[in-house]
Amino acid sequence: MKALIAARAIITRELARFVTQRERFFAALVRPLVWLFVFAAGFRAALGLSIIPPYKTYISYETYIVPGLCGMILLFSGMQSSLSLVNDRESGTMRLMLTAPWPRWFLLGAKLLAGAMVGLLQVAVFLGIAWFYGLKFSAVGYLAALPALALAGIMLGALGLFLSARIRQLENFAGVMNFVIFPMFFLSTALYPLWKMQESSPLLATLCEINPFTHAVELVRFALYGQLNLAALGWTVLAFALFFGLALLGYEPARTRSR
Amino acid sequence: MTEALRVAGLSHDWGRKPALRDVSFAVPEGRFCALLGPNGAGKSTLMAVLTGLIRPAPGVVSVGGHDLGRSPRAALARIGVVYQAPTYDLDRSVFANLKYFAALQGLSGAEARERIATSLARLGMEERAGEKVAALNGGHRRRMEIARALIHAPRLLLLDEPTVGLDAPARAAITAHVHALTAEGISVLWATHLVDELHPDDDLVLLHQGRVAAAGRVDAVTGATPLAEWFLARTGAAA
Repeated sequence: MKALIAARAIITRELARFVTQRERFFAALVRPLVWLFVFAAGFRAALGLSIIPPYKTYISYETYIVPGLCGMILLFSGMQSSLSLVNDRESGTMRLMLTAPWPRWFLLGAKLLAGAMVGLLQVAVFLGIAWFYGLKFSAVGYLAALPALALAGIMLGALGLFLSARIRQLENFAGVMNFVIFPMFFLSTALYPLWKMQESSPLLATLCEINPFTHAVELVRFALYGQLNLAALGWTVLAFALFFGLALLGYEPARTRSR
Repeated sequence: MTEALRVAGLSHDWGRKPALRDVSFAVPEGRFCALLGPNGAGKSTLMAVLTGLIRPAPGVVSVGGHDLGRSPRAALARIGVVYQAPTYDLDRSVFANLKYFAALQGLSGAEARERIATSLARLGMEERAGEKVAALNGGHRRRMEIARALIHAPRLLLLDEPTVGLDAPARAAITAHVHALTAEGISVLWATHLVDELHPDDDLVLLHQGRVAAAGRVDAVTGATPLAEWFLARTGAAA
């Protein structure tokens, strides 16, 4: 059980770092809230939504984008922790962790879990504010959303881990925004349902369908109504396995490049 | 004498650039061995191999009889490392930094606290446990890192140019502290390009252009020639 002591230390260090960085916490919250209060209000009129599963009645646009914004928080959080990994790697604290006497997958897995927990914390606060705004879900919905959000967070964290292992020029967030976050976010069902996209461009709709972020968002969307979207679950798990596998290859000792 | 570290037939390339060429040497138990070499000799690459961060092909690294490639956990548990680049959280206290490391090694609770206290006392750092690392000077930060590397009672201490950026008194103090550790049976591999950090009765491995150019006791290897002169003659580099 000594390995668990190590995992706990990695997770508490990450949480402590996050809590002390207040600006990061507020920045992480302001982003989705602006989308919810401003963007969604403006788009409400422009975007007509039909009744699609898991919804049983007409819903407001704000209600529709809540799962997508949860995904957005996790996406930003996952990328941010991958950037901190690059820093850790440069500064040497990553070496400290990787030379601890545990298997590499275990240490990187703990780091991943730590990042996902930071993301979950932000989502919880966001959902709390949304609740006061009138966007309420059932207790079962919140409960079911927890594992869905955790899985989505771990999958997106694994993507960040993979990127940090492979891409050396990940120093600035702007590049990640342009090439990872924006394409993933806009080419998904976070802001508009798939059929809407299908109407405008079948090609873009196909891209949305293969985007793992879409499946993570749908998993959360169905979970918030106490339903399990099996296909979304399968794709999210598959994407996680793929990204984590690639990340492990990237951090494999023989492939670790010179500083 | 038993060996704390044995390296045999180690080679490594960074892409097309060869970094290590058929490196072999051993560090006996309780000995201070300096890994001497000019900048770019391959010292940091060798340190990365010895800590398992890169895997050499071909080559064998054995720590206290445990093969680093086959049983990395047993080998790593016997190594304490002080990296060239600083590896601490500046905004956390000395104790918090050491506690994090202890936990990484699987130590917690009273046992961890006890070992942290012992380690800090060994380096004369016990009264600084509560201070933030950011408030410490360079010498004390290094001492903290050495204390940290000793928490899990390793038998072999690896230090990669640990005195870089320190003033003369701090350098002398740290060199003396680490020499003293060998009296307790700890073996030390100390990478440096500064010859004044070596004692005549230390061991020496001269690394030049990725190869072992000389190895043995400092006074035996250099003979009557002063070490600085000898080093210069062998490597053609300014020490």
